Amino acid sequence: MSATKKVHSLFDTEILWQATLDSFAKLSPRIQMKNPVMFVVAVGSLLTSILWFRDLLIPASKTAPLWFTGAVSMWLWVTVLFANFAEAVAEGRGKAQADSLRRMRKETTARKMKEDKSEEKVEASKLRKGDVVVCEAGDIIPGDGEVFEGIATVDESAITGESAPVIRESGGDRSAVTGGTKVLSDRILIRIGVEPGDSFLDRMISLVEGASRQKTPNELALHILLVGLTIIFLIVCVTLVPYALYSGIILTPTVIVALLVCLIPTTIGGLLSAIGIAGMDRLIQKNVLAMSGRAVEAAGDVDTLLLDKTGTITLGNRMASDLIPVGDAKLEDLAEAAQLSSLSDETPEGRSIVIYVKNKFGIRGRELQELNATFIPFTAQTRMSGCDLGTRQIRKGAVEAVFSHIRALGGKIPADAEGKAREIADLGGTPLAVSDDKKVLGIIFLKDIVKDGIRERFHRFKVMGIKTVMITGDNPRTAAAIAKEAGVDDFLAEATPEAKMRLIKDEQAKGKLVAMTGDGTNDAPALAQADVGVAMNSGTQAAKEAGNMVDLDSNPTKLLEVVEVGKQLLMTRGALTTFSIANDVAKYFAILPALFVQVYPEIAPLNVMHLTSPESAILSAVIFNAIIIVFLIPLALHGIAYRPMPAPVLLRQLLAWYGLGGIIAPFIGIKIIDLLLAALNLV
Amino acid sequence: MTILGWLQIIIFCLAILALTKPMGVYIFNILETPHKPMSVVIEPIKTLTEKLAGVDSKQEQTWVEYALSVMYFSMITCVVTYVILRLQDLLPLNPQKFSGVPSALAFNTSSSFTTNTNWQAYTGESTMSYFSQMAGLAWHNFLSAAVGIAVAIACARGFTRKIPKDAPKTIGNFWADLMNITLYVLIPISIIGALVLVSNGAIQNFSPYPEIRTMENATQTIPLGPVASQESIKQLGTNGGGFFNANAAHPYESPTPFTNFVSMFLIFLIPAGLTYTYGLMAKNSKQGWVLLIAMSILFGMGVVTVYWAESKPNPVLNSLPLNQTAGNLEGKEMRFGVANSALYSVVTTDASCGAVNSMHDSFSPLGGMVPLLNIALGEIIFGGVGSGLYGMLIFVMLSVFIAGLMVGRTPEYLGKKIEVKEMKLVTLYILIFPILILLPSAWSSIATYGQSSLNNGGPHGLSEILYAFTSASGNNGSAFAGLNANTDWYNYSLGACMLFGRFWMMLPVLALAGSMAGKKTVPESLGTFPTDNLTFVFLLVSIILIVGALTFFPALCLGPIVEHFLLLKGKVF
Repeated sequence: MSATKKVHSLFDTEILWQATLDSFAKLSPRIQMKNPVMFVVAVGSLLTSILWFRDLLIPASKTAPLWFTGAVSMWLWVTVLFANFAEAVAEGRGKAQADSLRRMRKETTARKMKEDKSEEKVEASKLRKGDVVVCEAGDIIPGDGEVFEGIATVDESAITGESAPVIRESGGDRSAVTGGTKVLSDRILIRIGVEPGDSFLDRMISLVEGASRQKTPNELALHILLVGLTIIFLIVCVTLVPYALYSGIILTPTVIVALLVCLIPTTIGGLLSAIGIAGMDRLIQKNVLAMSGRAVEAAGDVDTLLLDKTGTITLGNRMASDLIPVGDAKLEDLAEAAQLSSLSDETPEGRSIVIYVKNKFGIRGRELQELNATFIPFTAQTRMSGCDLGTRQIRKGAVEAVFSHIRALGGKIPADAEGKAREIADLGGTPLAVSDDKKVLGIIFLKDIVKDGIRERFHRFKVMGIKTVMITGDNPRTAAAIAKEAGVDDFLAEATPEAKMRLIKDEQAKGKLVAMTGDGTNDAPALAQADVGVAMNSGTQAAKEAGNMVDLDSNPTKLLEVVEVGKQLLMTRGALTTFSIANDVAKYFAILPALFVQVYPEIAPLNVMHLTSPESAILSAVIFNAIIIVFLIPLALHGIAYRPMPAPVLLRQLLAWYGLGGIIAPFIGIKIIDLLLAALNLV
Repeated sequence: MTILGWLQIIIFCLAILALTKPMGVYIFNILETPHKPMSVVIEPIKTLTEKLAGVDSKQEQTWVEYALSVMYFSMITCVVTYVILRLQDLLPLNPQKFSGVPSALAFNTSSSFTTNTNWQAYTGESTMSYFSQMAGLAWHNFLSAAVGIAVAIACARGFTRKIPKDAPKTIGNFWADLMNITLYVLIPISIIGALVLVSNGAIQNFSPYPEIRTMENATQTIPLGPVASQESIKQLGTNGGGFFNANAAHPYESPTPFTNFVSMFLIFLIPAGLTYTYGLMAKNSKQGWVLLIAMSILFGMGVVTVYWAESKPNPVLNSLPLNQTAGNLEGKEMRFGVANSALYSVVTTDASCGAVNSMHDSFSPLGGMVPLLNIALGEIIFGGVGSGLYGMLIFVMLSVFIAGLMVGRTPEYLGKKIEVKEMKLVTLYILIFPILILLPSAWSSIATYGQSSLNNGGPHGLSEILYAFTSASGNNGSAFAGLNANTDWYNYSLGACMLFGRFWMMLPVLALAGSMAGKKTVPESLGTFPTDNLTFVFLLVSIILIVGALTFFPALCLGPIVEHFLLLKGKVF
């Protein structure tokens, strides 16, 4: 997503210009109907405009000064336009990103392989799920799918922004390929996994554009409340007409519409969808794609974070830092076996062992082929790797695993082995046992390095009441030591996919919402089970399908940011709702005395703001109501400042700012507008 | 305002505070535990009643079953009362030979008593026979109160129960709740209350009205009757329907300042206690205290305003050689004075009781606005027995929903998420009240048949109309007086307001209970929105004032508020 990497600033002129045009396009009744609060304003605007025209044409029918009806009508239209503008700006930022994505989705020709293995050229957009295509160096991969034959390097920078090519090969966790990426070397066969129009790129485009945006559950609930309040104030305003009539006051439709618009929650009604879109957008700027707004909301609600130790809590690579022989084994034998077992082990740990042995003991790495050895790869079940030299089995792996392997072969475990391993674990290191046939030679001390600043980060979550759980394949001792160092609340040691799944279900049974990251196919069930599942883009197609977010940077630490964005979104929504409702107090004091003062001059003391004239009072309230929307657009798009603190403290602070502030601000704002109007001789 | 006046108000508050916990524990034990006193006597009565009525009080009910039982029961009792009133002339215990009650008034009155409103468009002593008073009306004082408490407890069960995933989402059994509340709570306490009242001079007899000669040698008929027994439950059950038209201002109903104190005490006893019961059910007594504190703050604001407003001399009378140091005494009983009249008016309108010991119509404009506003807020400041608690819980839900997002989580109350369905029901609830009050009162204020009932013009007349519909919809039943409500229009429209104001509010509440009952409970953490501290009290009070009061502010502006300013300029109505 190289093009989209460009951060669109809030006041990018191009976006603002487009948004201005869109605010007019959004006046269409079909779009307005979707937002009942603003729809009421639009109807009010139309009504006052019609009145103005009538008064213009038939001056005799005039119930209020022509300029006044005109001014109110104009500002009501402005209110609607401002709300449209807020939404359009939020959408505009997504649209700009979608456009650059769309440019990338140029029509490609695919080499479809027929059942008889012959090739046929078809348009990429005609490919169906299950079709098989061939891609060679230089080809653009025509659609999302799975490599089922071959290995190739692929340039995925278009999607991830990461310029280094990645390996894609059949089987395992690196088999997923994305349409629009480019094969750099070799030849692979891909089975297409999606129907046309449903590819990752398509979904990304519709997501960032907001086209597929649906109201989230909380947004829907809030909408219901806003509609309810609108109906209440509609009744209040409509019944005010007969009450006034009883009192000998004739209220014009213009002032009733003005009062209504000021009372209904236009501020939050106008900004609600912008807040939602901006929340998704903030995630996209962090290179995380949320598959639905619901997922972003759930992120704010998360109670438990499952964090993979490696890559999230510790730097990815554990380094060999010591070799400790056990029993009667010699250090040199241990070093050699450790190296042999790691020669073909491409993991960073394996490589660090080879380098450690080379540097410390001067034993050079050899090719396994030369030794006529077969490599035994690491699996989650055996939790060991190594090589077979003829019948000689050299293994290294988790201490438990190696010990039971020895026992299975009928060997004996040296008395000091377990103690040595425990010492390492207690120091927060990872002990790896090394064995040669039936004999345990010693322990490799792998050191884990906790990331800088991660401890402070976890503390922030603790303050907000979120529990962090470290997931690791390490044994409980090692896990406990690292957990302590990193400051996580809990850990799951010797984790298997099943144990992880059980943990999620247990937490959920307690009523908690769980978030996790994952990339492998065996993570898929857990990703699907978790309330927020962030799949790594480097992961398998299955994992990406199962999660409800994809991190394009494949950085598991992102989970923390995802939660923060979710919380920020909800906080912004709550703060603006509170602000909007609190605003009503001042508007009453501006408008009501103005309505009644002609018949009941005695009510003047209620005009606490000492506004210039009844017309000025009403107009000032309407203008304030309109421009407050514009003033709050930056807040709605950026979200309110997020500082982790316990809920009671947070609530007190925000209530003071947005609740109390919401009561006071309009008193000041309306007074200033009134003074300006009077100074400019407009009223 | 005098020190003695404040002292009486403070003593009242302390007495309620002292009894809140014992009362709450007692109700909790009766309804949620098997620990029931006197069960040897009462359980057989329950069994017998159950057999006679053919209902099952053992099986737990879902919200739909519970609601159906409530509606079924209320409908039957309403019809029975209607029939008794219509056929009053054929029934016994009618020494004054009153004729049958006309249909509009009978509809209004039976709706009124079924809904715990006790709005009285009639004059008791000249319309109702002893039989009608007791068999037609007084029993509703028990049963309508019990229905209110039952619904509140069912609602609280829905909020607080942790129901396993596959278990039925039940919220108790209506028949069991109804009988337990009536037999264990209402009857025993009202007997004690009646004895206290009788011992202090309230009357209790079945005698025909005697005729006496006055000092001016004129004849006067003195109405009598079984007053004390009805008086006690009328207060305890926040019913408010007086035996006499003058209600608790009448010396036979409340002869002394002490009986006046007992009356007010009985009004707040159950609503205050229920907040503690709720705390017990939520397994966090703070959740109950929070409600009580919020109610007390709103109550305090009302008392201070009314006492202040009524202690001031009437500016119109300033030019006359009158000693006005005692304040505005028009419409007040000298034996109660300004402080106790002010306190009573706030107590009776905060709780949806509606008994009065002074005429709210004669209060100063601001003093009279407070009772009106108290009812208009939705009868949640202590409120009617039961209905006050569930009304307050609706505002709690609203507050949590509006401000709860600010802690960065979707709103949850007692660990249960407030989602679309809950918000629909909450919105429905808060919507019904303004509709019921504003629409018909606006209509009445311009219709000729609405205006023709008015005794006063100007803003005061508007207050009278507004008060009538507010009182009916809020199931309060107190009258501003000055409005002749015994017309077909007012009898039918107010009767309908009472029915809708009761049952259209109960149904969303029970539906809400049903929906909350089935929810998963999220354990509390540091990130949980706190609903048991003072910040929440502040929030709750603000939301009630902003959402509740602002709805009625425009109407109040044209009524009491403008009247207040006019009075300062010497204009009266």
